[in-house]
Amino acid sequence: MSQKFRLTDGGRIDRDQPVRFTYRGKRYKGFKGDTLASAMLANGQNLVGRSFKYGRPRGIMAAGADEPNAILQLGATEATQVPNVRATQQEVFEGLVSDPVAGWPSVDFDLKSIAGTLGGKLMPVGFYYKTFMWPAKLWMTYEKFIRKAAGLGRSPLENDPDQYDKMNQYCDLLVVGAGPAGLMAALTAAKAGRRVILADEQAEMGGSLLSSDQQIDGQPAMQWAESVLADLSAMANVTLLPRATATGYHDHNFVTVVERRTEHLADQAPKGQVRNRLHRVRAGQVMLCTGAHERPLVYGNNDLPGCMVAGAVSTYIHRYAVRPGQVLALCTANDYGYQAAIDWHRAGGQVSVICDTRDNPTGELFQQAKALGISIKTGHGIVDVIGSKSVRGVVIAELADQGRRARPRTENVVADCVATSGGFSPVVHLSAHLGQKPIWNPDVLGFVPNPDCGLLSAGGVQGHYELDAVLSGATQAVAAAFDCSPIAVPAVATRHIDAPMGMFLIPHPAGTSQAPKQFVDYQNDVTASGIQLACREGFESIEHVKRYTALGFGTDQGKLSNINGVAIAAQAQGKSIADTGTTMFRPNYTPVAFGAVVGRDVGELFDPKRYTAMQPWHQANGAAFEDVGQWKRPWYFPKAGESMHDAVNREAKAVRTSVGILDASTLGKIDVQGPGAREFMNRVYTNGWAKLDVGKCRYGLMCGEDGMLFDDGVTACLGDNHFLMTTTTGGAARVYEWLELWAQTEWPDLEVYFNTVTDHWATCTISGPNARKVLEKVTDLDVSNEHFKFMDWKAAEVAGVPGRIFRISFTGETSFEINVPAHYGLHVWQALIDAGQEYDITPYGTETMHVLRAEKGFIIAGQDTDGSVHPYDLGMGWAVGMKKPFSFIGKRGMQRQDCVRENRKQLVGLKTKDPKFVLEEGAQAVFDTQAQIPMPMVGHVTSSYWSPNCERSIAMGVIKGGLTRMGESVFFPQKDGRVIEAEICSPVFFDPEGERQNG
Amino acid sequence: MLHIYCPYCEEHREEEEFHAKGEAHIARPADPDNTTDTEWGDYLYFRKNPRGLHHEMWVHALGCRKFFNVTRHTVTYEILETYKMGEQPTQGADA
Ligand SMILES: [Zn+2]
Repeated sequence: MSQKFRLTDGGRIDRDQPVRFTYRGKRYKGFKGDTLASAMLANGQNLVGRSFKYGRPRGIMAAGADEPNAILQLGATEATQVPNVRATQQEVFEGLVSDPVAGWPSVDFDLKSIAGTLGGKLMPVGFYYKTFMWPAKLWMTYEKFIRKAAGLGRSPLENDPDQYDKMNQYCDLLVVGAGPAGLMAALTAAKAGRRVILADEQAEMGGSLLSSDQQIDGQPAMQWAESVLADLSAMANVTLLPRATATGYHDHNFVTVVERRTEHLADQAPKGQVRNRLHRVRAGQVMLCTGAHERPLVYGNNDLPGCMVAGAVSTYIHRYAVRPGQVLALCTANDYGYQAAIDWHRAGGQVSVICDTRDNPTGELFQQAKALGISIKTGHGIVDVIGSKSVRGVVIAELADQGRRARPRTENVVADCVATSGGFSPVVHLSAHLGQKPIWNPDVLGFVPNPDCGLLSAGGVQGHYELDAVLSGATQAVAAAFDCSPIAVPAVATRHIDAPMGMFLIPHPAGTSQAPKQFVDYQNDVTASGIQLACREGFESIEHVKRYTALGFGTDQGKLSNINGVAIAAQAQGKSIADTGTTMFRPNYTPVAFGAVVGRDVGELFDPKRYTAMQPWHQANGAAFEDVGQWKRPWYFPKAGESMHDAVNREAKAVRTSVGILDASTLGKIDVQGPGAREFMNRVYTNGWAKLDVGKCRYGLMCGEDGMLFDDGVTACLGDNHFLMTTTTGGAARVYEWLELWAQTEWPDLEVYFNTVTDHWATCTISGPNARKVLEKVTDLDVSNEHFKFMDWKAAEVAGVPGRIFRISFTGETSFEINVPAHYGLHVWQALIDAGQEYDITPYGTETMHVLRAEKGFIIAGQDTDGSVHPYDLGMGWAVGMKKPFSFIGKRGMQRQDCVRENRKQLVGLKTKDPKFVLEEGAQAVFDTQAQIPMPMVGHVTSSYWSPNCERSIAMGVIKGGLTRMGESVFFPQKDGRVIEAEICSPVFFDPEGERQNG
Repeated sequence: MLHIYCPYCEEHREEEEFHAKGEAHIARPADPDNTTDTEWGDYLYFRKNPRGLHHEMWVHALGCRKFFNVTRHTVTYEILETYKMGEQPTQGADA
């Protein structure tokens, strides 16, 4: 029969909009407005999984985020699989496909025969703890079972087809939870003109009022809520976020709120819409109006499907018009529990018994239940449940010694649903995310937010459960925080409510160790006797008890179980709950999809890409690209049929025999100006800048205060107080910040200004014996060697465009770096290509650039150096101005004891005995191949290439004492057992006299 | 994520705009060439690691690019003040 538990009227569902969904391949019908859980209950489908450890059947317990059992897998296709979905929070939609996850091997197959055993051995309490602690081989045995059985769901094997996004939000007040307290708080602040965001995790705002039969201002409570919501949505300073869970409270009132925008509509978000939106809210004040989760009582076999928390029963009846059974047995330790029985009775069901663990209840709800003729047993508790796959009845017993003992005489009572209320646990999670432990309030029998947590709070989260107190508390809290007026509190009848009883575990006549299993944490199958065992084994701290038993370690983070667990541990240790303390809560409050975290920062948008002005030409001419930081640089330009090796050999030869052209636009460029600029250069570079004339360039080494090289580059003197500094492509941002650091913090007396101009200029470098001939064709400037010397720069028109030409060389050839304003870059590049046609000008990429510079022994900072190499280690003492008057950065550092000792690793060239063998970069060097393993390693290869111009392999590396070992051999043991011998030599392999670059 | 008041921009900005640069008020020795290795080592490497108030240097890297100092509690992450280069803190042990 379809929807046999659905009531004929009532509820907030739309009976005119039926919705079909599947669970475990079977089709069911629900209504729009249903959650998956309410629709399943309506259909009598209350088997949602098997428990992990004991394989016991489990059913729906709760109606919200606190649900521990109904954790399902969603998704109609592989790509749209979503694990870890709480059926109690998932709205049904047409075509929803769901499956159980904790049902190995199947939810129907009764595992009782092997329940709680693995390989015939009982899984004891502390199972995880013991398996992880010792011995390792035990874990190997169990792992395959655990992997199969544990875990709630699986990740999709295909890419998530949905889009997610993020939004930054600012407000004066973020209210979390739109129940009576949240509505009142938001309205108070909004009326005072404050910017307010009201976020609520449910589809409908109203919180507890959605399933309340109380009156506000003489109307049903929801009518009041709806009018407040109408007011709020009409106000420009208010943002309402339904289906939005505040998942984390972070520093300085930063709150992450995950809004589920389309999860209620379809398997996949409708085109153009995002699945989730992560609101990154920076709030002036954050107010928790999160209410409280009702705690179930702990009793024997309390995990049978049909056992629920009392408030959830009311919610299913009121909101979803589902009464999940015919005969209810209820046990409560407070007045509020009665409500479920009253609702059940009014919905046409039978209530077989209410057990109140208190002796003398007198409250209004008790009176109401009594007036309805329901059988009430005071001083009694439910101690056991009868049934195997579902509830058939309960066993009740009279309690003694203030509820610490159950009398031996028991009575069986018929029931197919059991509801319990052990009291309420305020939803304090967010208040504890920054480390402020919640405080036990014995009056309300719950942990409330620590007053130092920095958040405002009102209502259930404070342990206030009566509407009048909730509404007035909320408006007063906002008024005090914002120094505004509270708003009028609507009229609510005052009810007489008796004090609750601190009852957590209902004692069993046989004692806890002999009792049927009394579950505390459903997800992890933690029982009351397990917690007691942990205490007996000496685990005192609640954090240790948690880890030993796995209490609260599930995806529900123990929302229903933590306080019961703490209370049982406290009792076992003879301590108070306040002294035992609660465990920490950490973000996220409920699981968050990875998609929501990454938002749009995926695929193409994962990281910005930087292109030079010449990119279209590179692309059109078949360049292969290499990532250098965020830059996409041409790596090599293969011709048809060429391998990378072929292309690089051709390009490298072309540069040395005719002319090549390189896009060097990505080099960092920093404009340095001011009366203090020259002195500043003197201080941040190791070499001297006092005498560099306008029109000249100089290569400089930049070190840290430790004396180690971290960047290098050529700087040109543009004017007496004006320099253009170049940095490595990857180091530009770091160098820029470094310069600012020194100018601002140490030498504010030097007047100097920096500007990063990397993107202002495009740089075409032409290099080779015919470079000058090409340049002559595009400029009127006299570029003869006589008038334009090596390390000079000149302003000139190039291809009709104003530019700067720098005669500097990273190839060792006659070379010109032509800088033009970036938007002319492509034009000038094309002009040079055209002009170079007759010389077969060859575009080359970074790989050839590396080969050419290595042939010349030019270093690359960050490749041939690693932060432990100073200029003398590089044999570049010539670039250190030890006589400069100011103690430049790095000078003192490179004179430290360790920096001046013998036998430091020094940069040298390496020539393999076999000229065809190209060493691997990073290969470790040894001096003595006969040494015992592990061999003393004496250095490593930093750069290594095949050099087409030397017709052999070339390499550089750092070797201990290398500069004093010229001509000696080092050895490189290979993976395959071979040992490669190489000779230590000068790193300059090509044109050692430098005739070509000067010519 | 911290919310940091830039004393130059004179407004609160998100932590993403800033870089932390370590302990504040580390002065470069006036005459580096005449320091001992120990003194230079202290300047280079030795930093406080207090539980409580700490003076730190930050830079508004994606904003005004100014360096400034912050008095921050290393347990609660509360920022008690931010102040410009050359100014002294009013909070904490060194105040
Ligand atoms: Zn700023």
